[in-house]
Amino acid sequence: MSITTVRRFHALTTLAIVFLASFILSCALGRYPVHPMTVIQLLLSRFLPMDATWAPQAETVLFRVRLPRVAAAALVGAALSGAGVAYQGLFRNPLVSPDVLGVSAGSGFGAALAIFFSFGAALTMLVSFGFGVATAVLVGILAGKPRGDATILLVLCGITAGSLFSSATSFLKLMADPNNVLPAITYWLMGSLASIRGRDFVFAGPPILAALGLLWMLRWRLNVLTMGEDEARALGTNVPLARTLVIAGATLATAASVSISGMIGWIGLVVPHLARMLVGNDYRILLPASMLMGATFLLAVDDIARLVASSEIPLGILTSFVGAPFFLYLVRRQGRTA
Amino acid sequence: MKLELASLSFARRNLRILRNVTLALESGELLCVLGPNGAGKSTLFRCILALIRDYRGSIFLDGSEVREIEGHVLSRKIAYIPQSHQGTFEYTALEIVLMGAASGRNMFSSATAADERFALEQLEALGVGHLAGRSYARISGGERQLVLIARALTQKATVLVMDEPTANLDYGNQVRVMEHVAKLARNGYAVILSTHNPEHAFLWSTRVAVLAGGEIIREGLPSRVLTEEILQDLYEVRVRLFPLGESVKSGYRACVPESDAGKERELSGSFQSCAPVR
Repeated sequence: MSITTVRRFHALTTLAIVFLASFILSCALGRYPVHPMTVIQLLLSRFLPMDATWAPQAETVLFRVRLPRVAAAALVGAALSGAGVAYQGLFRNPLVSPDVLGVSAGSGFGAALAIFFSFGAALTMLVSFGFGVATAVLVGILAGKPRGDATILLVLCGITAGSLFSSATSFLKLMADPNNVLPAITYWLMGSLASIRGRDFVFAGPPILAALGLLWMLRWRLNVLTMGEDEARALGTNVPLARTLVIAGATLATAASVSISGMIGWIGLVVPHLARMLVGNDYRILLPASMLMGATFLLAVDDIARLVASSEIPLGILTSFVGAPFFLYLVRRQGRTA
Repeated sequence: MKLELASLSFARRNLRILRNVTLALESGELLCVLGPNGAGKSTLFRCILALIRDYRGSIFLDGSEVREIEGHVLSRKIAYIPQSHQGTFEYTALEIVLMGAASGRNMFSSATAADERFALEQLEALGVGHLAGRSYARISGGERQLVLIARALTQKATVLVMDEPTANLDYGNQVRVMEHVAKLARNGYAVILSTHNPEHAFLWSTRVAVLAGGEIIREGLPSRVLTEEILQDLYEVRVRLFPLGESVKSGYRACVPESDAGKERELSGSFQSCAPVR
């Protein structure tokens, strides 16, 4: 291994350790605190034979309530950050976020529609997911096969679709019963993991993991794609296929995340940027680093959402409150040293 | 390795860009393509790289039609070295060079330690091994061009297509880059490049092709092809060519534009030409 490889390996290991620590800590924190050692014992007890030295309540709280939520936070954080960093490479623009193709707005509209017709939680998730994926497919078809730069048209179609779905969502809110339906839609759109159950995890987990796996496999190819179409093709890349796979992975991850957590902004833009500062721009390490950092970031934010106030604070609000000033600080600091 | 262009024509929206271009390029040759802006040089290169495929005529590489070769196979035979650019994201020089190894690989593969060693060796062969860990965006234009050449070598391609490799480089870097390119040709690579400097053709090319209005109007040894008349027709400025004897290179001519300023101030007598000594 060369020196750079070793350094990167260390960076990733550090990020993985920080993630694991915050995962266990997040499982421990809450209205009914569980000692971190007990959390580790309980988690291991599922795989290893162990004497039950813990209180039975701890087991119930951990597996029924806390673990699904903490795991969902980690998964959604990783998915949004991974999708964001992948889209940034694809569109060769560090300011792109996971909602660039209108996927979040599409998913949000799907959810609002389902809540409007009182479809129930499981169906709401499904409709939201379906609308998210359908938006990306529609944008892809609308952008078609232009002669010039494909990405600009794709972004324009995405922005248009996103704005269209936002307006449609506003219209639904206008029509909704202000006593119960409107608050439900509004609360859902602000993003929250409060209603996560084990079955939501089963629903959203596999597509997110599959999408992140696909993006991870394309990590080196993403480097080549950032060099532009001509160079990528001259470097032996099947550009249309590679782009389609990246879009498919990032879209699937985004739509599945939004369908269980609602709209959580910022994270897909800020975390990739932090990761770039920390480990550089090589997607072979940037992609896993973004996923780990995104998972850690959303775990921390969700902890704040659960613990700080007596009633839960929506995640979408918190990610901006925490993310924006921190981001500003880092950008300013970087501007001074560079 | 032999590249042959046979009656290549290309038009876009009824605008003819290339007309009946016939050219051949073999290992060991450095072919300079000269021509004014808009003559079709970039389009010609894009055809050779199979980035354009809907041309008439044929391009053969060792007898097989280039546009029918699969992309990842072709990238191991013909490499593209663009003008040095900054790129959107900051990569290290080694990361850029390593992308050359991605050619001919499966879409889902990642670089191995052996790839990294090979990429580093290519940088070292060009005398810029010390740049490996430096940011590609923060090295000089000449160094960036050498990094892109190292990437082409990592591709293991033997035909190098270079789009104005000396554009935007200072004088020293132009000479350094061209010296490396000439050495690659001597070592058996087939190099085709475009340039706007006739002196570069005299100094470093083994053959020159003059492209005007999409047609090859002259082709052959630089000292035969590049005459004062041809250059005047091509660039629409009056130029004088001065042989400098054998001190620089046989067949080398200094190319000097006729200048009104020189005439008026009667400075033409004190003009001095500058050529790198080989």
